[in-house]
Amino acid sequence: MGSEHQYIELFQQNRALLAQSPQVIDRLRDTSYENFCRMGFPTTKAERYRYTNVAESFSPDYGVNLKRVAFPLNPYEIFRCDVPNLSTSLYFVANDQFYERELPKASLPEGVIVGSLARAAAERPDLISKYYGRQAQSGEDAITALNSMLVQDGLFVYVPKNVVLERPLQIVNVLRADVDLMANRRVLVVLEEGASAQLLVCDHAMDERSFLVTQVVEAFVGENAHLEFYELEETHALCRRFSNMFVRQEANSTGTFDNISLSCGLTHNLADIVLDGENAEVHVNGCVVADGNQHVDNNTLIDHRSPACSSNELYKYVLDGNAVGAFAGRILVRKGAQKTVSQETNANLCATRTARMFTQPMLEIYADDVKCSHGSTVGQLNDAALFYMRQRGIPESEARLLLKFAFVGEVIDSIRLAPLRDRLHYLTEKRFRGELGKCAGCRTNQNCGL
Amino acid sequence: MLEIRDLHASIGGKEILKGVNLTVGEGEIHALMGQNGAGKSTLSNVIVGHPAYEVTQGSIRWQGKDLLALSPEERAHEGIFLSFQQPVEIPGVSMINFMRAALNAKRKYFGQEPLAAADFLKLMREKRKIVELDSKLANRSVNEGFSGGEKKRNEIFQMAMLEPALSILDETDSGLDVDALRIVAEGFNKLRTPKSSAIVITHYQRLLDYLKPDVVHVLIDGRIVKTGGPELAHEIEEKGFDWIKSEQ
Ligand SMILES: Nc1ncnc2c1ncn2[C@@H]1O[C@H](COP(=O)(O)OP(=O)(O)OP(=O)(O)O)[C@@H](O)[C@H]1O
Ligand SMILES: [Mg+2]
Repeated sequence: MGSEHQYIELFQQNRALLAQSPQVIDRLRDTSYENFCRMGFPTTKAERYRYTNVAESFSPDYGVNLKRVAFPLNPYEIFRCDVPNLSTSLYFVANDQFYERELPKASLPEGVIVGSLARAAAERPDLISKYYGRQAQSGEDAITALNSMLVQDGLFVYVPKNVVLERPLQIVNVLRADVDLMANRRVLVVLEEGASAQLLVCDHAMDERSFLVTQVVEAFVGENAHLEFYELEETHALCRRFSNMFVRQEANSTGTFDNISLSCGLTHNLADIVLDGENAEVHVNGCVVADGNQHVDNNTLIDHRSPACSSNELYKYVLDGNAVGAFAGRILVRKGAQKTVSQETNANLCATRTARMFTQPMLEIYADDVKCSHGSTVGQLNDAALFYMRQRGIPESEARLLLKFAFVGEVIDSIRLAPLRDRLHYLTEKRFRGELGKCAGCRTNQNCGL
Repeated sequence: MLEIRDLHASIGGKEILKGVNLTVGEGEIHALMGQNGAGKSTLSNVIVGHPAYEVTQGSIRWQGKDLLALSPEERAHEGIFLSFQQPVEIPGVSMINFMRAALNAKRKYFGQEPLAAADFLKLMREKRKIVELDSKLANRSVNEGFSGGEKKRNEIFQMAMLEPALSILDETDSGLDVDALRIVAEGFNKLRTPKSSAIVITHYQRLLDYLKPDVVHVLIDGRIVKTGGPELAHEIEEKGFDWIKSEQ
């Protein structure tokens, strides 16, 4: 035990302060703490962290805003950019606090809640306790445990039975600090039976500081409900992100979970999706563009527990420079999950000799009447295509860019939210050109494309 | 004018071109014939600067410039176009983006502004008509899922867009049906100007009937061993290559 120590101490010394959280949140802390102490940070021997050194990321000394000092800026004022043509209801989570002061004027349908998790936990403990900490088990993962013991706030989205949100919700996570900062964020999304929502969550870092983020997302998609959840990371080289997402889908529900990583330092995204009801359908897509010394590790599990569910997974990486990419996708088809249809594809492009990709698709089937396929490839840019383009006068650098852009285009084209799709085409192209950002709100002068 | 002098080139350490001499004057059409594996495509690839081939000896001058010193894209800007024997499929890159990038790169090279979107699309439409390229194909990814003949037609469409001064047609006729061959050949003739020249590689007389070459060359084992007028192509069609070999 090394890096764990400072978190254990932090917890012990601030137990009283942390107890100020609503009881629904606080009551999980002690068990989570015990679990964290027992497990410690996962080493690269742990199945789901094989390609990422966790302890190293957690060893520096970060400030943690346990005292809940208010965010110094009004993000609505500094963060004017938006996804054009996408009329969204816009919200901010500033470091790990939901920004309450100026709610968007957009009115939400009756009964819908979009807001601070801590506030909801205080006002609607009955509702929160039904879902909070149910899918995310602190006994099974040290990051989940650490997040559960330290978390104080985050986002809560609740869409009651049969309510359809017409407008997408856009949540911008802004990291902003004058010291190196750790943020522990929690997201809880509940779609009751027949409900429908689209969520776009963007991660931005405004300061050239080291940021360490733990995030735990729990999403419940009820019967016949439809959730589209898009995550876009555009942070910088000093950011470390450990995100664990736990999803449960009930019968006849559909889910789309897209994770797009355009720039970051080190990112480990874990996603567990349980299909727990007949005819549930899930699409899990990812697109990673990394260069420099960036490190992006996506680890997914799609758990087919019920018959006649389908899952479709596509992850594509383009790695330049010394970037390291990892993808491990496990599809588990349990006994009795007959008529499962599942397809998993991971395709990767290493544009330099020094970029490295680890890929590990895993298919585990315990039912006999299923249609499953999986595959992965790691390749270089197609030399023949490059030359063909150059012969037509396209400069080599531009030709490379077009090929990379085409490669990830497949993932972006699958996004149903048209304005987001267009915006992502634009952003990825800018990303490949190294021109991402220069948005008025960003102090780092980089990485903020939205 | 293109002047190739004593050109030697190899690939993977194996010498393929063993001293090629060839001069193509302004406005001329030269047919290049020869058996499979003689080195015709190799010569085309060396002219356009394919990095896999190493030029070990000799020179190529194009309009007075040392062509071998230029990058493939510069050679393209300078007006050299290769209609590939096997055009490459580029999934995910649309014909439109591809052509726009090519055209605007050339404009940039000559200090011109990029073409306005509307003008570009208009140009695409006009040029498409010359080779009767289906608009559906023009909206797809480059060559992706195109039939063999469609790919060849697409090569000549690109040639129409780029208006090269020297076109090298590497077996553009192979894979085209009789009607398509006529359309493509007539399209090619429409695109000709008094200044544009071409090297036409083919195994058959049919294409040459349309294009009417001024000169016919025979390449055997990496050397041009015979040069003649249009009648030489007819002779080859009739008798094959053996008689030329035995002349050596
Ligand atoms: N990458 C390579 N490595 C080794 N040999 C090669 C390579 N590419 C081509 N060659 C050889 O070079 C020779 C000339 O090939 P080339 O394609 O130029 O012939 P060609 O005259 O165009 O023939 P065809 O009429 O069949 O198109 C052939 O013997 C071929 O096998
Ligand atoms: Mg050939």
